[in-house]
Amino acid sequence: MTRKQKRLLTRILIAAPLFLLGSFLPLPVWGSMGIFLLCYAVIGWDIVWKAITNILHGQVFDENFLMTIATVGAIILEQYSEGVAVMLFYQVGEWFQSYAVSKSRRSISSLMDIRPDYANVERDGQLVQVDPEEVAIGDTIIVKPGERVPLDGIVLKGSSALDTAALTGESLPRDVEAGMDVISGCINQTGILTIQTTKAFGESTVAKILDLVENSSDKKGKTENFISRFARYYTPIVVFSAIALAFLPPILLHQPFHIWIYRALTFLVISCPCALVISIPLSFFGGIGGASKLGVLVKGSNYLESLAHTEIVVFDKTGTLTKGSFDVTAIQPVGVEAEELLCLAAYAEDYSNHPISLSIKKAYGKPIDSSRISDIQELAGHGVQAIIDGKTILAGNAKLMQKENISFTPCTSIGTVVYVACDRTYIGCLVIEDTIKEDAATAIAALKKVGVNQTVMLTGDSDAVGQSVSKRLGLDHAYTELLPADKVDREEELLHSKSEKGKLVFVGDGINDAPVLARADVGIAMGGLGSDAAIEAADVVLMTDEPSKIPAVIQIARKTIRIANQNIVFALGVKFLVLILGAIGQANMWAAVFADVGVSVIAILNAMRAMHVKKFDPAR
Amino acid sequence: MKKTIQLIDLDCAHCADKIQKAIQKINGVDHVSVNFLAQKMVLEAADDRFDAILTEAKSLIHKIEPDVTVKG
Repeated sequence: MTRKQKRLLTRILIAAPLFLLGSFLPLPVWGSMGIFLLCYAVIGWDIVWKAITNILHGQVFDENFLMTIATVGAIILEQYSEGVAVMLFYQVGEWFQSYAVSKSRRSISSLMDIRPDYANVERDGQLVQVDPEEVAIGDTIIVKPGERVPLDGIVLKGSSALDTAALTGESLPRDVEAGMDVISGCINQTGILTIQTTKAFGESTVAKILDLVENSSDKKGKTENFISRFARYYTPIVVFSAIALAFLPPILLHQPFHIWIYRALTFLVISCPCALVISIPLSFFGGIGGASKLGVLVKGSNYLESLAHTEIVVFDKTGTLTKGSFDVTAIQPVGVEAEELLCLAAYAEDYSNHPISLSIKKAYGKPIDSSRISDIQELAGHGVQAIIDGKTILAGNAKLMQKENISFTPCTSIGTVVYVACDRTYIGCLVIEDTIKEDAATAIAALKKVGVNQTVMLTGDSDAVGQSVSKRLGLDHAYTELLPADKVDREEELLHSKSEKGKLVFVGDGINDAPVLARADVGIAMGGLGSDAAIEAADVVLMTDEPSKIPAVIQIARKTIRIANQNIVFALGVKFLVLILGAIGQANMWAAVFADVGVSVIAILNAMRAMHVKKFDPAR
Repeated sequence: MKKTIQLIDLDCAHCADKIQKAIQKINGVDHVSVNFLAQKMVLEAADDRFDAILTEAKSLIHKIEPDVTVKG
């Protein structure tokens, strides 16, 4: 509790017994009146004081002023207990509201509790703690186990496992060693790391993420804009109807003033749009906070609104649905063991750094004894020839085999095929492919399940590869062999084909698809660990690069919108109902207080549900 | 110049709106956004008059919401 909340709570605890005494003690009229006035003074003095000072500052229609008019009015009408009770309950409601808001504020900010407090820097042989903002690029910092990496950098010394959960939602720790990049915000778990910083704090990942999430509330969605416009008109309208209600019926219909003034006072109690003004932004803030818990950064509530209406999801292929790294996916030996084929190919490719060669060496996985290799020749456009253990090994494409007149069986697999021959005898081939991400197929299935009409892939890759990936993942369409400009054209076509309310979401790795990302209703980028280009270009960033987070964030978006709508309907419904009942004399001030602060508290509690996103986590 | 200012005890959402509108009207303010949930205000204003603008903004905040403590 804050100091302000504690003070208010104390006043409530003093005023409540006084109110009960005044209501139930068999006292003469002046006695209970005295107790009620004392109670009113304890619980309401600040409201009255604020009302007076605000009028002096030229603030009309201020909620303190309206509350003061309503309660003082009730007291003048000799409804002592009611006037005091309204003030008391108003304050109880305010207290609950403030408590609930600060509680949810805390739990949302704990989701984003990634700001490092200090950095360890060596000065004059001593390790000192300094503010991360004071560390310059190129400085050396030390991160001990249990500490948070304060700045982005490169590991100079040491190895450790890093907990990246706060940034990515990924629970498996990431192993790092000398030479590897680390990003700020991760927690160092096991070893001491000496890191050379590569970015200043303001430019580092952690500062960018915090900035992004905190400023997300600047990009307001339609619902939020509607509420702030509505709030601007709501209070004056209710106040003017209250004035009309107080004077018109008595003057026109010659009815007693005190009945209509009392009804008008109930209007004033309901005149604050608080329930909506607080709970709607809180719902969106909660939804955005919840999404960040799953490693999805949403840059504004407008994007959350658009995501809820996703109709078409367009994917880039490489780096989005596939890993963007090559792997050996099939080994087809002829007359030799698979292990031997792989071994010979790895040795032959030893000196090359081509991605294909690297993937073969990775698949082989054992250290290469270079003394076994002699006389390596690169055969440009064909492959490589090497002497290994005295045997002549040829490894390359089909053209190489044809050129050397070696009979072989062409492989029909899709991907890059490396044929291998040993002493002019064909011994088999390796198929190398850009592997599909583990969760890509489940992501597509989940998208269909949440009601996305079309899933489309755009790729610059060959038709054979593109169609095969598309078929394996169960995508609806795949457009292949596209130049960057063609991708924009395809996207235009898709934008025309969707319904008016539906939204088109584009998912890419943020590297070559900036125009396509920008043209989509919502651009989602694979943020990867530390790729700031992508973080800046997109509206939504997937920190873990997992496409299965997309159906999850769509569900979070829908839940958030649902909660916001429930709050609008509930708050407005209750308020209008009580206004109408109040006008015809069927609702007293108690009902009005409920319609004001009671509804606020309920709406806030409902809004806090938006933060709970566990059940959407694809890892579960 | 751009500065982030903490508004401690900013408890009511439409007071935040009022504060934002009032400060926006100060001469020399380029952009201001009051975030009720983060209890923060980001003020962007001309460099040469920044301090004067900040003082004026603080007194406006005090007028609108006397409970709020301005920090930073």
